[in-house]
Amino acid sequence: MVQGSENSPIILEMQSITKEFPGVKALDDVTLKVHAGEIHAICGENGAGKSTLMKVLSGVYPFGTYSGDIVYQGEVVQFADIRASETAGIVIIHQELALIPELSIVENIFLGNEPRKRRGVIDWDQAHTRAVELLARVGLSDDPETQIKNLGVGKQQLVEIAKALNKNVKLLILDEPTAALNEGDSQHLLDLMRGLKGRGITSIMISHKLNEIEAIADSITIIRDGKTIESLDVKADGVDEERIIRGMVGRVLENRYPEHDGSSIGEVFFEVRNWTVRHPLVAERLVAKNSSFTVRRGEVVGFAGLMGAGRTELAMSLFGQSYGTVVGGQIIMNGEEIRLPNVSAAIDHRLAYVSEDRKALGLNLLDDIKTSIVSAKLSKISSNRGVVDSLREHGIADGYRSELRIKTPTVDVGVSKLSGGNQQKVVLAKWMFTDPELLILDEPTRGIDVGAKTEIYNIIRKLAEGGAGIILISSELPELLGVADRIYTIFEGQITDELTVAQADPETLMKSMTSANKKDAA
Amino acid sequence: MTTTVPVKKKSGGIRDLSKMFGAGQSGLRQFGILGALVLIIIIFEILTGGKTLEPGNVINIVRGNAYVLILAVGMVMVIVAGHIDLSVGSVAAFVNIIVVIAVRRLDQVLVMPESQQWLKTLMVVAAAVVLALALGAIVGAWQGFWVAYIGVPAFIVTLAGMLVFRGANQVIGNSTPLTVPDYFGVLGGGYIPDFGPDFGFSNGTLILGALAIAAVIFQEFRLRRRQSVIGATPAPLWVSFVKVGVVVAVIIFATYLFATGRVGTSFPVPGIVLGILVLLYGFITNNTITGRHIYSVGGNWHAAELSGVKIKRVNFLVMMNMSMLAGLAGVVFVSRSLSSGPGDGTGWELDAIAAVFIGGAAVSGGIGTVVGSIIGGLVIAVLNNGLQLLHVSSDRVQIIKGLVLLIAVALDVLSKRSGGPSLIGRLRRPGGDAQGPINRPDVAPTAPAEESSRPSSVTPN
Repeated sequence: MVQGSENSPIILEMQSITKEFPGVKALDDVTLKVHAGEIHAICGENGAGKSTLMKVLSGVYPFGTYSGDIVYQGEVVQFADIRASETAGIVIIHQELALIPELSIVENIFLGNEPRKRRGVIDWDQAHTRAVELLARVGLSDDPETQIKNLGVGKQQLVEIAKALNKNVKLLILDEPTAALNEGDSQHLLDLMRGLKGRGITSIMISHKLNEIEAIADSITIIRDGKTIESLDVKADGVDEERIIRGMVGRVLENRYPEHDGSSIGEVFFEVRNWTVRHPLVAERLVAKNSSFTVRRGEVVGFAGLMGAGRTELAMSLFGQSYGTVVGGQIIMNGEEIRLPNVSAAIDHRLAYVSEDRKALGLNLLDDIKTSIVSAKLSKISSNRGVVDSLREHGIADGYRSELRIKTPTVDVGVSKLSGGNQQKVVLAKWMFTDPELLILDEPTRGIDVGAKTEIYNIIRKLAEGGAGIILISSELPELLGVADRIYTIFEGQITDELTVAQADPETLMKSMTSANKKDAA
Repeated sequence: MTTTVPVKKKSGGIRDLSKMFGAGQSGLRQFGILGALVLIIIIFEILTGGKTLEPGNVINIVRGNAYVLILAVGMVMVIVAGHIDLSVGSVAAFVNIIVVIAVRRLDQVLVMPESQQWLKTLMVVAAAVVLALALGAIVGAWQGFWVAYIGVPAFIVTLAGMLVFRGANQVIGNSTPLTVPDYFGVLGGGYIPDFGPDFGFSNGTLILGALAIAAVIFQEFRLRRRQSVIGATPAPLWVSFVKVGVVVAVIIFATYLFATGRVGTSFPVPGIVLGILVLLYGFITNNTITGRHIYSVGGNWHAAELSGVKIKRVNFLVMMNMSMLAGLAGVVFVSRSLSSGPGDGTGWELDAIAAVFIGGAAVSGGIGTVVGSIIGGLVIAVLNNGLQLLHVSSDRVQIIKGLVLLIAVALDVLSKRSGGPSLIGRLRRPGGDAQGPINRPDVAPTAPAEESSRPSSVTPN
């Protein structure tokens, strides 16, 4: 196959795609050109709009919900749903695999696409024969009757690809295909992608692993804040990781972060040593490996890392083992080793965790504001017999309402009626109410507007100045650089670097976030 | 009167009436179901030519349904926590047969002079209640263990329990009915005893009514004081007066009914038992940490767990409590029927579950109140009673009951879907249905949840 992709025809061109969600422009005039037979990588930070773009392409967001044109094989196409795009030969493999664990490989491959005999009876013999062929093409030798749940993630990924091949795929979209895979499986998958390219299948790949992109991609499109920044030809432009990073992060830092000079920082009071955590379902996978870090009083410590790096897992496992199984490590708080077997123990030791998913994990959406705010420490406003003092509840909630400027007429309003930013303030109030010494904030500004973000940064700063230690997990580097005093980078469950905010800049951070190599790369 | 009250202020007007059942969405739901109850009573009062609200009939409704309402009190907590309990009828039957055997023994062992019969009655009844609660607790601990600590869905655990305890009842009782002495009937069939001078009313019932009125006025007073303390604008004073006036009028009317029945009858003892339970569990669910935890587990157990709620313990307690109340309901029933047989409690679970859902609870958990469930249970009870008075055959009664359940919940689902808070919220909005289904999302939209770094598998329970 000809390597020079510039010469081969264009199979896909997305022209001026704009996609808006209420209040947010997720894609703004994005353009993407993919040549036939190439591997095209799409790069960008979390939230840049990569997945949204792929959802537009594959019909998840049907024609009419976006503006702009999709030209595929020389024609403007208007997909009404995924089925329509699959019929045209565009198949998307999502990061969360869409296989049914209880069904076998064959059943999954042919799900919704079953070969039939007369009167709708499934022709299992034919399905089986086809499955063996398809599995051979992706390099899987497992029995097609094996249940999906008995396969590792790597093999499941291959089954997904086999399923795509069965649909006569011409354009294969892979969303973070190697995020959950180990080194060997990743290598196998990349080899397979090269093999598919040899058979003339075009691939679009979204990945955070820049070394993989450098190794496999023919061209790269970089998206930032919902806009196309640039398109690069890997060979011709001599692209390397550094070049990609520059494109991904190269934005002007806006001055919307509170001033801080480090004067509030005190001594180390919280230390984690060699923290190792096993995945709750896959025993051999470690989501945190020998992680050690410290937090000082009055300090905001940033955790930088890409999606799936293990930041949330690390934080939740510290917070009363609410994720995975802790297999090793120590927590030292105020000079003593402490054990936190469950969340209430963690709260008693004055830890707090504001989860990244406020609707699924942070709030009971049936509750009203005041009930939510006191819910993590009801004992504080209750008698010894466990009777809640509703008068104090109301007063406390009202206090937070004015302190954090939660926009609501009264605290009797249901939290489901609030905007994202105000919901987040309720969650913050809920955890401030527990008087935390260590407050872990997991993506505290995700999905809220700029104004509310600034308010939340100010709250974080104020808490730090009040003497609390704060861990700030964020995917937005400017946010980390603007708010944190010190930043740890995490890659694949390991802490790869530690930088003061003065030492850190987006490029160095991104480097440590995308590879296990310590500073030496700089 | 609801239509005449202007609804301008958010915290005033009839909204406050609905707050009798607690603030928020569930309050409104129950306000709607209370309206339905009043409507049903009026309809049957007309259809039966005044028989529905005759003292004897009202007394009968309370006596005949107390056990289902007791079950509804426990069931609403189970359903709020996100579970279900199908075993209550069988558990009641299992407890019954043991209690009956024990009562018969005790009756023979306890020899007392005729003059101290009241003491004997008291001792036997007290012992029976304690035994029933204890047996219920043991059964409940068994079921709670499987639900909370092993993680078997409550539907399965209690379906198994339904079979197991039904069978156990028949093994122990040899599938033959056993009777208890007549005096045991005081708990399920008795009345407030008469005392003092005779005015032609039952004095005990009058006192009870007076207490209830005092409590209502006190509550309203407290509410207004509380509102001024927290700086909320209280409803206009006249609203309070109308509200208290209506409630007091209802209580006076009910007191009159209960106090003027056939000589020797008055407010029934099982009604008092039920009243105590409603107050107790209403308080627990509204005002205690345990109550808050039950709602939080049913509303979002992930969030509850991350807020330090011990989910397993909550689930265990809720299931155990249900079986205890099933035991109590059983003993009240035995006391009324004076016997226990192999078919006791058949179908009770369905009545209790229906009461809870008609009373505004959500199938998915997190929503529902004790008071609402009692009103829901009364809707079924009045319906049953009214249809019987109209000589509708029991097969048709079943059909009607089934449809009422279906329609009550469907109306609630529909009214929520079209954007209103609830049925009653919709009725108040002028021209509400002209807008058609709005499908307004409950939650303000935020940025696309494009890339969640959240692992797809969270801590399994």
